[in-house]
Amino acid sequence: MFDGAEAVKVFEELGVTHVVWLPDSELGTWHATLAASRALKLIRVCREGEAFGVAAGLHLGGARPIVVIQCTGFYEAGDAMRNVVHDLGLPIFTIVGYRGYYGGIAGRKDTAATFLEPIVAAWQLPCKLFTKESKIDELAAFYRETQAQRTAAAALIAETRT
Amino acid sequence: MINPIEALSILKEHRRDEVVIATMGAEREWLKISQHPRDFFYVPSAMGQAPTLGLGLALARPDLRVVVLNGDGCMLMNLGCLVTIAEQSPPNYSLVVFQNGVYEVTGSQPVAGSGRVDFAALARAAGIRGASHIRDISSWKGIAARVLRGPGLEFAVVNVEPITTGEVGPKAPCLITEQIARFQAALGS
Repeated sequence: MFDGAEAVKVFEELGVTHVVWLPDSELGTWHATLAASRALKLIRVCREGEAFGVAAGLHLGGARPIVVIQCTGFYEAGDAMRNVVHDLGLPIFTIVGYRGYYGGIAGRKDTAATFLEPIVAAWQLPCKLFTKESKIDELAAFYRETQAQRTAAAALIAETRT
Repeated sequence: MINPIEALSILKEHRRDEVVIATMGAEREWLKISQHPRDFFYVPSAMGQAPTLGLGLALARPDLRVVVLNGDGCMLMNLGCLVTIAEQSPPNYSLVVFQNGVYEVTGSQPVAGSGRVDFAALARAAGIRGASHIRDISSWKGIAARVLRGPGLEFAVVNVEPITTGEVGPKAPCLITEQIARFQAALGS
């Protein structure tokens, strides 16, 4: 799995301008590097639905935002995502933390992982799973591919903490 | 209590080239009186997300003043965004909440906390300084120009009467994809 330095370097190379986020414990490790980036503006939201509204406005204004949230927040953000992606047709790229992919953190097991892929499929959002073995170049390639098609997409980032 | 059509008409009189994003009941009425290239009629919408959409646009385009016309039912769905807005504090952003105490577009059922919620106090508590609460038309006339043009982050709650004409639902001027293309062309983005 890639770390914050790798992720930020790739986001900068891809021309991402804003990271609209509400992190989980996996993606949260990127914070220091994201916050230190001069090329990326980090926008913290209070609930994940907000992230899609903010990203939509940024996109309408010519910026190139991505959304970074946990799967539980993705569930909460369903209507905002539906509107931005399917009504407005905006190609917002989302990175979703896949809580519990490897079974969850000991003593904190729940059903968060059970529903992610079925829900992403139900929302008709192209997605790609990134596991411990995945390389950052694969994430960059997925971003480039979907943005070239002007398609919204979700990169599902497996939580590696157990 | 202010007539909402009169409140919007006053806003229109002061409007120059500001971006106006309108949603729900305010959108339906704004559409009747304004046909400006920088209008964004947020229909279809995700209820509650007009302020965040406006925030994103204001951050992407600091050269533009972005004004969001929201309702109290919409605001209640997304109160946390007041904190997000306060943290960013874009000086080119204005949020107007028309408070009528009901979900007008679904048939005027009362919102939670109808008649009791103080949105200006909530905004101030979230960190938005200078939030205004407007209860009469003369106060609105006195503040409308500032709400539209700043100089900084602006937030105003306007107590309005529910519209009782029986019209329900916001109206779209055209397909949203067509509107987005026109809107982005008007913004040069």
